[in-house]
Amino acid sequence: MLIDVHAHFYQPAGGRADWAERNASRLRAGEQIEITRHVASILGTWGRRSPTYFPSPTDVVAGNDALLGLIAEHPERISGYACVNPNYTGHALAEIARCLDAGMIGVKLAASRRANDPLLDPICHAARDRGVPVLHHVWQHRRHEWGGQEASDAAELAQLARRHPAVPFVLAHIGGGGDWLHSLHAIRGVDNIFVDLSGSGVDHGMLEACLATVGAARLLWGCDITICTGWAKLRYLERLLSLDDIERVRWRNAMSIFPPGSFAT
Amino acid sequence: MTQVDINTFLGSYPFRDIGEWEASDVVRAIARVGTDEAWVSHLAATFWRDPTAGNATLYEAHDRHAQLRSVPAVHPGLPGWEAVLDEAVARQVPAVRCDPTRYGLMPAGHEMQQLVAACGERDVPLMMAVRLEDIRQRHPNDAAAELPPWAVRQLIRNHPSARLLVTHADREFVEQVHFGSTPDEARRILWDICWIWGPPEDHLELLLQTIGIERFAFGTGLPLRLPEASSAKLDLLNLDADKREMLTAGNVRAFNSR
Repeated sequence: MLIDVHAHFYQPAGGRADWAERNASRLRAGEQIEITRHVASILGTWGRRSPTYFPSPTDVVAGNDALLGLIAEHPERISGYACVNPNYTGHALAEIARCLDAGMIGVKLAASRRANDPLLDPICHAARDRGVPVLHHVWQHRRHEWGGQEASDAAELAQLARRHPAVPFVLAHIGGGGDWLHSLHAIRGVDNIFVDLSGSGVDHGMLEACLATVGAARLLWGCDITICTGWAKLRYLERLLSLDDIERVRWRNAMSIFPPGSFAT
Repeated sequence: MTQVDINTFLGSYPFRDIGEWEASDVVRAIARVGTDEAWVSHLAATFWRDPTAGNATLYEAHDRHAQLRSVPAVHPGLPGWEAVLDEAVARQVPAVRCDPTRYGLMPAGHEMQQLVAACGERDVPLMMAVRLEDIRQRHPNDAAAELPPWAVRQLIRNHPSARLLVTHADREFVEQVHFGSTPDEARRILWDICWIWGPPEDHLELLLQTIGIERFAFGTGLPLRLPEASSAKLDLLNLDADKREMLTAGNVRAFNSR
């Protein structure tokens, strides 16, 4: 088995004319490298009607609905995170309930609000109550503000994770740019944070540092928007790890944080 | 099927601990991904006051490991640079390299124009890297600008025989240069694939269609980057054997046998 814990799909209400091609390409490449399940999110309308990282409530619903449609179309290949904007607490909680009731298996927080902000607490309570993980967008060592997002770094995610020890958090795309070593140091002792290996970064030494800092038991395989780099990291890890450990990274760790039965085929 | 990696380095890196990469390390790493021949530059020397000081190490590496072909540095702002270039040509290197923004040179300024012309006259390709690391993760003291597309456009116009090998370019960079150049100019530029995204964005597949498969070559950025990334990208293209061979060796052989 191979579970991609960080996938995205596009949708017709988004800003990209090639949305269907990109979705088809992800599924096609996934077949080629034998991805069993794409655990995906859609961030609103991807900037068309509201900013990608600050999606309006209307767009949040549109994105989640589009993802539910894809899940219905490919129930054995696609699972979903409910994407929410925590600035709209009531809406976010209702959306989490709606999407999880409809079969989604996690919560996606992008960069609408800093990870250590108290506004995220009710979201995490909902995740705890429903037994689902929270995938949080992270900028690896944010040394200044970046346009278009209220990005969080690993130290801020660690504060949130310590407040909610019963919730598994996924630190997004360790290879997604920024100082991954800073992130690894920040989460070393925070056992409910798992590291997703996605991102376009394929730095020599990054995977060894992940293993040395959090170990194979806290690594999750993923691609985000570059399947080629995800596959590359998997190929490299297959040389580094024992069969047991590579299975953990490929799928066993993911099975342990998502609700039971999420990946039944 | 032969595989040539045109984008590898020896040495260390000042902004991240990758260890000290010696020739034998590169030989082992390229074998891991099925590469038969690697074109090797000196990574540490890129940051030295005189980046050509790493060239001797490259030549020694080639003497000991024939599959490592030297891509020596030439700094056109230093006195005697023509002699460095002449030695490289005499040693029949596949290319020389210059990273102007890391040397504190204007990327298409007078020194670079002179170097491009000299390379054109000597019929040796000039290699330049757009970047070494993602801008988002660079060390605070790693402040050199990335090579801009306009510089490549200007430099290729500088001499009718000049040939440029550009590494670490992304889709937008390649497109801005290619479609901002005449067909003759564009034919004298070869791009490595290490920074071009595969699926689901499919930038590489698109560029092979819009710009032409002849314009691309296999490169990895080893040891800063895992070479598996470029191999995975190739595998995901699902090319027939002939086309794959163009990317892994044929194009670069054709480029260098003009």
